[in-house]
Amino acid sequence: MNAIVTVLGQDKVGIIAAVCNCLADYNVNILDISQTILQGAFTMVMAVDVSKSTASFGELGEALAGLGAQMGLSIRIQREEIFDAMHSI
Amino acid sequence: MLNQKEILSTVEMIAQQHLDIRTITLGLSLLSCCDPDPHRACEKIYEKICRCAEKLVKTGCDIEDEFGIPIVNKRISVTPMAMVAGASETEDYVPFALALDRAARTCGVNFIGGYSALVQKGMTKADELLIRSIPQALAQTELVCSSINVGSTRAGINMDAVALMGRIIKETAEATADQDGLGCAKLVVFCNAVEDNPFMAGAFHGAGEAEKVINVGVSGPGVVHHALQSVKGQPLDVAAETIKKTAFRVTRMGQLVAQEASRRLEIPFGIVDLSLAPTPAVGDSVARILEELGLEVCGTHGTTAALAMLNDAVKKGGVMASSSVGGLSGAFIPVSEDEGMIAAARRGTLCLDKLEAMTCVCSVGLDMIAVPGDTPAETIAAIIADEAAIGMVNNKTTAVRVLPAPGKTVGGTIEMGGLLGSAPVMPVHPESSAAFINRGGRIPAPLHSLKN
Repeated sequence: MNAIVTVLGQDKVGIIAAVCNCLADYNVNILDISQTILQGAFTMVMAVDVSKSTASFGELGEALAGLGAQMGLSIRIQREEIFDAMHSI
Repeated sequence: MLNQKEILSTVEMIAQQHLDIRTITLGLSLLSCCDPDPHRACEKIYEKICRCAEKLVKTGCDIEDEFGIPIVNKRISVTPMAMVAGASETEDYVPFALALDRAARTCGVNFIGGYSALVQKGMTKADELLIRSIPQALAQTELVCSSINVGSTRAGINMDAVALMGRIIKETAEATADQDGLGCAKLVVFCNAVEDNPFMAGAFHGAGEAEKVINVGVSGPGVVHHALQSVKGQPLDVAAETIKKTAFRVTRMGQLVAQEASRRLEIPFGIVDLSLAPTPAVGDSVARILEELGLEVCGTHGTTAALAMLNDAVKKGGVMASSSVGGLSGAFIPVSEDEGMIAAARRGTLCLDKLEAMTCVCSVGLDMIAVPGDTPAETIAAIIADEAAIGMVNNKTTAVRVLPAPGKTVGGTIEMGGLLGSAPVMPVHPESSAAFINRGGRIPAPLHSLKN
């Protein structure tokens, strides 16, 4: 099952490393990363495969949100289908 | 392949523009619970609801977590209770409401709808007993919602029922006077009620429905408002196109959630209700959309036209996004639940008469409107009759949910909190409608040709 991780907030050193480490801790494989600075804000979108994750989807979401809170960022993980449904016919 | 811009636009809609699924509603038939013994019937009702809705809230929360989309309410709608209770040998229907309330608490849902009767052409003994029990039923329960259908395009308007509902609304306000007449927020009077509506207070599971269905109501005034900001000053057909595209996206999400909920609960998918349902939160208002279209304040001249365009564009965009559209499907204009409507009513620009005109072109009716506590029952009945006439003639659903708050006068406010918001008390015409209402009888069904 694929999911999309979005990370938004103030740019600083180590964001990608921290998010990747967190995902690796739960055995989540990263399929694609795109990252830019949009209007001064750090913006990262990752496509990940959670089918071999050691945690439930809810736990993974909480872990990422917790990491986000520590780093002053907004980090979400959502299943890919919601984006497909909204943006493709 | 998804692009970053699309992904971020979805995240922004959810995080900043209040995009949410307003409700997942489980429609459930209770016809199998009929029993001559009222205690046994109540037990069967409680048991069936708890068994069928056991996983509803958990499933809703799981979908919320995985898709990252808030699902604000999980609700249950049941067979109009007059049909079920009518089989029991009792004249006291309040225990049926208590059974619904108990079951709703056990399941953890936000509301349960269906303490209802359909009396558009005539009233059975059970219908009348149920209607007369409404004030106590709503005073003694917290989660039960009640709706009465008093008219239809096919049957006309049952004016005896309209007159009775005027009195019942007053009694309900008095029975819940300690909460500013909150009971009336859970009581709606319909013309042309729909059987698959997932929204409260008017949800019930019609007799023509399957045993169980999942209906989903979407929302998203904030998203439409935001999208319109990008076409400021452009012609209205451009605005209509923008609304359509936005409604399409919002509804696609509703369809996805509905299918997912249906699959996980192993309950057939019923409909997606394409509604723009506001909340009292800033940035989630239908009135502010109308103002974005160029009106200084919602309620001024041009409001009806703007609303007609908005309502139609929402339907056109949404209808292609879902395999099955139903329910009320349109823009709601509940005054107390819409921050912009509250502001317009406080300012005096938005009045009852303008709201009535607006209901001719949108879903659903005079909704969540506080009127003075001393408003006569006949005046409330006449407000219902006017609204029912609009629905009857125009072949659409209309409804009235007014709150005659005991002791409150024009200028006062009823605070209900949460999604119900706060309602400024609006003036009604002081001239009497009593002689008209006291005639009773029926307004015959309208002609279906010679339309003008």
